[in-house]
Amino acid sequence: MLLLQQLINGLMLGGLYVMVAVAFTLIIGMLNFLNFTIPALFMFAAMMMWATMTGNLPFGNDFLFSVFGEHNIWIAGAIVSIVSICVVSLIIERFTYRYMKAKYGDATEHALPLVSSLGFLIIFEHLVIGQWGSDPLQIESPFGNATFTIGTLIFSYPQIISLALSLGIVFLLSHLIRRTKLGRALRSIAERPDTATLMGVDVLRIVPVVYVITGLLCAISGILFTINYTSIDAYIGDTVATVAIAGMVLGGLGNVWGAVVGGLFVGILEVFSIYIVGADFVKVPIWGLLLLILVFKPTGLFGHTAIGKGKF
Amino acid sequence: MSGYIEAQLIILCLSVIYAYAIFLPAASGQLNLGAAGFITLGAYTSGWLNASDGLGLPMALSIVLSMAFVGAIGFAISLPILRTRGVYMVLATFAFAEVVSGIAINMEFLGGAAGMPVDAHAPVEIVVGAAIAVVLFCFFFMSTRLGLALRSIHDDESVSVLFGVDVRTAKVVAFTVGGMLAGLGGAIYGHHYNYVEAQTFNVLLSIYILLYVLLGGTQTAWGPLVGAAFFTVLPEIFRQFATELGSDWLADSRFIFFGMFIVLMMVVRPEGVVTRTMQDRCAGFLSGRRTRAAPAGE
Repeated sequence: MLLLQQLINGLMLGGLYVMVAVAFTLIIGMLNFLNFTIPALFMFAAMMMWATMTGNLPFGNDFLFSVFGEHNIWIAGAIVSIVSICVVSLIIERFTYRYMKAKYGDATEHALPLVSSLGFLIIFEHLVIGQWGSDPLQIESPFGNATFTIGTLIFSYPQIISLALSLGIVFLLSHLIRRTKLGRALRSIAERPDTATLMGVDVLRIVPVVYVITGLLCAISGILFTINYTSIDAYIGDTVATVAIAGMVLGGLGNVWGAVVGGLFVGILEVFSIYIVGADFVKVPIWGLLLLILVFKPTGLFGHTAIGKGKF
Repeated sequence: MSGYIEAQLIILCLSVIYAYAIFLPAASGQLNLGAAGFITLGAYTSGWLNASDGLGLPMALSIVLSMAFVGAIGFAISLPILRTRGVYMVLATFAFAEVVSGIAINMEFLGGAAGMPVDAHAPVEIVVGAAIAVVLFCFFFMSTRLGLALRSIHDDESVSVLFGVDVRTAKVVAFTVGGMLAGLGGAIYGHHYNYVEAQTFNVLLSIYILLYVLLGGTQTAWGPLVGAAFFTVLPEIFRQFATELGSDWLADSRFIFFGMFIVLMMVVRPEGVVTRTMQDRCAGFLSGRRTRAAPAGE
C-alpha cells in the first residue's frame, strides 16, 4: 500500500514535469534548439503567483486584493502570472529567434538562440533575486489540506486537478498540432523553415505562437507547483527543468506524447529513488541512463530521426 | 598585492583555464556543456592523490596525474559522445557532468556531500603560472597543423573531409586535451582553496564557462582569454563603481546587465568579440602595414 501511495505521489509530481518537458520538446521539435529560458519562465510564473498571493508585487497589490478579496487572491495570482509570462515570452521570441541572422554558417553559430536563452535565464534569475532574495519563500495553500482517501490511499485535490489539467492541455496541444491549420504550419516550419516560407507560411507570425504556447505551459506548471508544494525559491526552475529535460530525452526529442511518458516516468522514478535510496543518489541512475540513451539510441522511446540534424 | 586584488586575480586565472578547456572542443564546433564534470574529476582526483589518507603524493605529481586521468576519461567518453551532434551533444555532455557530480556526492571516501579538504596549498604564483602556461599552450596548439584542422572543421566540416582532414581524430584530440585542461583547472582550484565541494561545480558553472567561450569568440585563440577576462573583471569593476555611488541595487543588478549584454551581443555580433578578421586587422595595424579588410564571408 505504501508503494502504491508512492506511485500516486510520483504521478502527481510527474504531471508537473510533463508540462515543462512538453515545452522543451515543442521548441526543439519546431525550432530545433534547446530553450534555456524555460526554467526561467517556470520560476518567474511561480514567483509571480507567490508575489500576488502574499501582496509582494512591486505595485497594484491593494487593487488586486480589493477586486478579488482575501479568499480568491489565487485567481488573481494565476491571471497575473499567465499575462506576465505571455508578455515575457514575446520579448524572448524577439531576441532568440527573430533578430538572429547567421552570417557565416559555421559550426558554433547554430548555438546563437541557445546562448541568448542562457542570457535570459541569467537576467530573470537575478531580477527575481534582486527583488525578493534567494531564500525559500512560502505561501498558504488556498485550498488548505483538501484531501480524500480511497482505502488507505491519500489523494489531494489540487494534485489530482493539476495532473488532469496537464494531461488535458497536452491532449489539446497534440490535437492542435495534428488537426488544425496552425498545426500544419507548425509542422512545416519544423521540417524546413525556408520551404515553409516559400509555401506561404508566415513564419514570423507563427513562431511567436510557439513561444506563447511554451510560455503558457511553463506558467501553468509553475502556478500548479506553487499551489501544490507551497515553497519556492529563485532556483526552482533549474531544479525542475533538469529533471524535465531528462524526461524529454527519454521520450524522444520533438515528440509530445514521448515527453508525457518521459515526464511521468521521471516523476515516479524520483519519488521512488528518494523513498528507497535517498535523494542524493537520484542523479546517477537518471543521468547515466540518459547518457546511454543519447549515445546509443538518441531518438529515445518515441522520437524520430529528423530532429537535431543539419541545424542546431 | 592586496588580498582583494589577489582573490580577483585567482578567479580570473581559473576562469581563463576553464575557458580554454571548453574552447578547444568549441574551436572544432563541438559544444561541451559538461565543463563542471571535468573540473570535479580533476579537483577530487588531485585532492585524493595528494591526501595523506589517499596516496600522499607530492602536489606537482598529483596535479599531473589528475590531468592524465581526466584526459583519459575525456578520451574514453569522447568516442561515444562524438557520435552525437548539435543539441544531442549539448545534452550528452550535460548528462555526463550530472553523472560525475552525482557520483562524487555519493563517494564516502571523497567526503560525500560535505566536501573534501585538500592538503597541499597552491600559492598565487602557481595559479597564475598555470594560467599563463595554458594560454601559451593553446596559442601554440591552434597554430599547429592540428589547430588548423580544428579551424577548418569549425568553418565547414564537409569541406574539411574533402580536403583530407581526419575529422574524427582532430575532434577526439580536441575533446581529450580540453578535458585535461579542465582537469588542471579543477586540480588547481582544489589546491588553492584547499577544499573541494561537488556542489560548487554545478550546471551554472558549465553554462558560464561556455558563455565565456562563445562570447569571446571561437574563431581565434584570443577569444576565451578576452571572454573570461571580460566577464570576470567587468562585473567586479561595475560592482566597485556602484558601491562608490552608494547604490546597492545597482551593485546587485550587475548580472542583469551581464545577461542583457549576452542577449544584445548575440544580435549585434554573434560570432563573438574577437574574430579572425579583427585579428588580421590588428596584426596589420601593428606591423605598420595598411591591410585591406578581409572580404565578408571569410
